[in-house]
Amino acid sequence: MSSQNEPAARPRRSAAFRPGRSAAWIVLIIALVVTLFPFYWMVRTAFTPAADLPSDTTSLWPHHATLINFERVLGLTSTQQDLAAGGSGATLDLLVSLRNSVIYAGLIAVAQTFFCAMAGYAFARLRFRGRDLLFGVFVMALMVPPIFTMLPNFALVKSLGWIGSFQGLIAPSLLMTPFAVFFLRQFFLSVPTEVEEAAALDGAGRWLQFWRVVLPMNRGPLITIGLITAVWAWKDYLWPLLVGPDQSTRVLTAALGIFLQQSPNTAPDWTGLMAAAVLAVIPVALLLVFFGRRLVESLNFTGIK
Amino acid sequence: MAGITGSSLAVATAAHEGPPEAVGAARPGRRRAARRGDGRIASLFLAPALVGFALFYLYPTIRGVYFSFTDYDLLSPPHSVGAANYRYLWRDPLFWNALRVTLQYVVINIVSQTVLALGLAWLMFRLTRSVLVRVLFLVPWLVPNVAVGLLWLWLLDANLGFVNHLITDLGGSSQGFFTTPSLAMPTIAVINTWQYTGYTALLFYAGMLQIPGTLFESARLDGAGEVRTFTRITLPLLRPIMALVLVVSLIGSFQIFDTVSIDPAQGGPVNATRVIYYYIYQLAFTQFRMGYASAVAVTLVLILGVLTFLQLRLLRASRSDLA
Repeated sequence: MSSQNEPAARPRRSAAFRPGRSAAWIVLIIALVVTLFPFYWMVRTAFTPAADLPSDTTSLWPHHATLINFERVLGLTSTQQDLAAGGSGATLDLLVSLRNSVIYAGLIAVAQTFFCAMAGYAFARLRFRGRDLLFGVFVMALMVPPIFTMLPNFALVKSLGWIGSFQGLIAPSLLMTPFAVFFLRQFFLSVPTEVEEAAALDGAGRWLQFWRVVLPMNRGPLITIGLITAVWAWKDYLWPLLVGPDQSTRVLTAALGIFLQQSPNTAPDWTGLMAAAVLAVIPVALLLVFFGRRLVESLNFTGIK
Repeated sequence: MAGITGSSLAVATAAHEGPPEAVGAARPGRRRAARRGDGRIASLFLAPALVGFALFYLYPTIRGVYFSFTDYDLLSPPHSVGAANYRYLWRDPLFWNALRVTLQYVVINIVSQTVLALGLAWLMFRLTRSVLVRVLFLVPWLVPNVAVGLLWLWLLDANLGFVNHLITDLGGSSQGFFTTPSLAMPTIAVINTWQYTGYTALLFYAGMLQIPGTLFESARLDGAGEVRTFTRITLPLLRPIMALVLVVSLIGSFQIFDTVSIDPAQGGPVNATRVIYYYIYQLAFTQFRMGYASAVAVTLVLILGVLTFLQLRLLRASRSDLA
């Protein structure tokens, strides 16, 4: 997206700068190691038997690599096996939480993006009374910290009897966030209207233009905002912890928090916790493999004008 | 938290588009539509978002303000207590403590994150256009904060943590990063700096790509070195992006919650990490003092509003030296 800017912005370096350049590369590589090593250590710990933790402290690969920690957190072992391998014996079924997280993040990403695209389209293309005022109110909501609305929202969901249910979990984010409406409105404003006008001349109504022209033509940015929404939902912690703490609706982040609480304070089940954390990171890693370029390029939207 | 953090994307976009009205205003199709008006179809397009907004943003905002003037335990209906919650707040040492540790967190986090991110962005900008490098720096931002918190609880564990092994191997003594009151909040601040620096750097990097290359070219021809180029050209021209990123990360930073809440110390040791967001959470959901929790939340909103306003003024945010 920004590629047409890059050659112009790339400064030419003089030959005199070479030694400085290698030093700069070394700093960059150190920054990369600091960024990524903790994740390596997470994986390394997840493959280490709990009994080895005090002795096998800093070797880069565990002396006796094992899968037992993953089996434990996925609920594939018996209570005795779990206790023997350093667990608390508490039943832990991260497979269910993984499924819940996928449904939670997926449903919110798809529905919210679609509804916000509709609203963004209306704000960008349609003329109606009070449009700018309404949009201003939406934008102001961007400034309100989530905890402020979370308290009354919890009261509302509770009074509806939706605590512990999936509809309670997804209700506040399913239809919109002010951010997505704002983002998509700005985006639609920056897209030329010629094709839509041609469709209008062919007699297509607003809905048909939106459905047949706007959505397909802007597939890229819509996927991007959908991905970002999915990532946020994936990271959500407090709301799912409050509304869906039970196993049937527990998402992965809430499961991690609850797992730590159940683990003894004095000697936490580190190998199990790291195995569980790895499970929470794998989807992120997959996302980066498939959509990494799209995600980083969404951070320099400068090319879209 | 995520919502606020991520909104920088769109803000950054908006900053470079100029007045949006200018885009379509001159088009004939638009003028025709203006005469006709799209009221009916617009209400259909807006219906889902409006319902969501009214139910989960507008209504709770009004209700939150109302709660703050009541005594409410979530079980029996709220009853009005006037401004008692706010009077209590003024004298509540835990509230002031929460504000103080939050500020401590924000200062450490924002300063270190901004400086490191600027440096990192400049390094990337000068060295490489590799997408892979950028993707790798984005990883910590994509991982759930809870997993990040767990990971660092483990890395910094006083007995078995990798970092303490390193420290003792180098001849130092093992540190209780989360259990020493003076270390706990800085530790959490640095963890969050670690998590968000890459993301912030990518925003700055995007801003640097916007600066016309001819400026760097002429600086080089005039014999300006790396440092001068950075301080005289890059930094001033990055100001609009920097202002927006700073405002957004400051707001986000005030809402530190996940990392604190995963820490088994529960706001401790000795209240050292009971930040304002966590205090609100504890008031509302462990003590069921919804009214007072709302009063603290309203106060937080006001503080954030004033801070944003001041910051935008100070940084003369949206004016670019390029314009």
